[in-house]
Amino acid sequence: MSWMFLRDLLTGVNKYSTGIGRIWLAVVFIFRLLVYMVAAEHVWKDEQKEFECNIKQPGCENVCFDHFFPISQVRLWALQLIMVSTPSLLVVLHVAYREGREKRHRKKLYVSLGMMDGGLWYTYLISLIVKTGFEIGFLVLFYKLYDGFSVPYLMKCDLKPCPNTVDCFTSKPTEKTIFILFLVITSCLCIVLNFIELSFLVLKCLIKCYFQKYSKTLKASVCECHNLRYVECGGTGAPPLLQNCHSDSAIKILLS
Amino acid sequence: MDWGTLHTFIGGVNKHSTSIGKVWITVIFIFRVMILVVAAQEVWGDEQEDFVCNTLQPGCKNVCYDHFFPVSHIRLWALQLIFVSTPALLVAMHVAYYRHETARKFRRGEKRNEFKDLEDIKKQKVRIEGSLWWTYASSIFFRIIFEASFMYVFYFLYNGYHLPWVLKCGIDPCPNLVDCFISRPTEKTVFTIFMISASVICMLLNVAELCYLLLKVCFRRSKRTQTQRNHPNHALKESKQNEMNELISESGQNAITGFPN
Repeated sequence: MSWMFLRDLLTGVNKYSTGIGRIWLAVVFIFRLLVYMVAAEHVWKDEQKEFECNIKQPGCENVCFDHFFPISQVRLWALQLIMVSTPSLLVVLHVAYREGREKRHRKKLYVSLGMMDGGLWYTYLISLIVKTGFEIGFLVLFYKLYDGFSVPYLMKCDLKPCPNTVDCFTSKPTEKTIFILFLVITSCLCIVLNFIELSFLVLKCLIKCYFQKYSKTLKASVCECHNLRYVECGGTGAPPLLQNCHSDSAIKILLS
Repeated sequence: MDWGTLHTFIGGVNKHSTSIGKVWITVIFIFRVMILVVAAQEVWGDEQEDFVCNTLQPGCKNVCYDHFFPVSHIRLWALQLIFVSTPALLVAMHVAYYRHETARKFRRGEKRNEFKDLEDIKKQKVRIEGSLWWTYASSIFFRIIFEASFMYVFYFLYNGYHLPWVLKCGIDPCPNLVDCFISRPTEKTVFTIFMISASVICMLLNVAELCYLLLKVCFRRSKRTQTQRNHPNHALKESKQNEMNELISESGQNAITGFPN
């Protein structure tokens, strides 16, 4: 079990995503997962060994390190990556559920298993909202835990068993600050992509509903006119010439 | 997730690249990624452990190391390779979008004479023309910009590409000007120069590819204007012929029906 497992799981999500969803996946894979594995992990490798306090009192360094770094930034980064990637699996589960239903009933129940309509649209929307929630949550947690996004080179510590206020020095504070800023920027980029995708999905649905309603009222009003003037009505209640309603082709053009 | 995955991503773009692009991908993965993973990471592995300052003052070593190496060479190279490889994904996305549109048209029944089935569309090699030419050219341009920027950042951060064996450090909490010694400075200098040379070669390949693409477009345009020159009034002749044909058919009709126009 390693990051490859997460990568393989997420590659499956790619099939059922929108265009923006695929860009989001590419950003997560390349600018977050890959950078974490090839660079960031190594920066924090020796963080406790190289954490030095200006005191010989045994236990003082351990207590101070634990106080300033309750959870290592790199571990928080890893947790964030996992939590942010997993809501996408809801979509894969829903598609698998649809497949199972079709198999059970032994007939085609859906136009296409991966098509984003009905329940799958709601699942996708929920996964987007949960992803965004996790991103914002982790950024806020990072900010609160470490008093900002920078790592100071010097910290003053006076916890027991340290006999007085002692200077403690972190290792590689500038490099760590650069990588944390990188993490924050990519997180914000992913949040923006999620918002764009959310707006795009909601707008698309609203336009579709509006045009469907519009074409229904058009057909109803035409049918009334038609009843006054003609004896026969077409099968759908509209004259044969207007059955291929302009609004249907407008919807197709908009949604294509 | 490692360099192998990046190789898979970029390898997919290889099919639609020019020959210079294919050489570039090979240079990137053999002379830069592989060297980084199998050699450079070992050389820089113990960089902070073996960074020694001539003082017992706690914290002095940490502060001096942080001052002289704000970002490690290895991390900067890893970031450079990631940034330089990602513009190729623009091309991959464009090709995927083009294929998606072609498949949609095929399902509607529009391009049945060009392709046998959907598999044929997936296997087709997409030519670098039209909007794909612009995407490809932009990706090469961004690659050049990223390479140059990282080389400049390297030069600026480390005052050149040579690592000295001793550094003088007088930052608080160091009590005075202290001698600090880097581990393996010569080996690190050798690898730095190697990676910088590979960077320069990649940049030259990108410039050559951009020039090649521009020349191809100019050559194609000049060929088009030449064919138009060889058949100068071709379009004019056609429209005149059409007018004549219409006049003949109208006069013919009038003769048959007996009504003047």
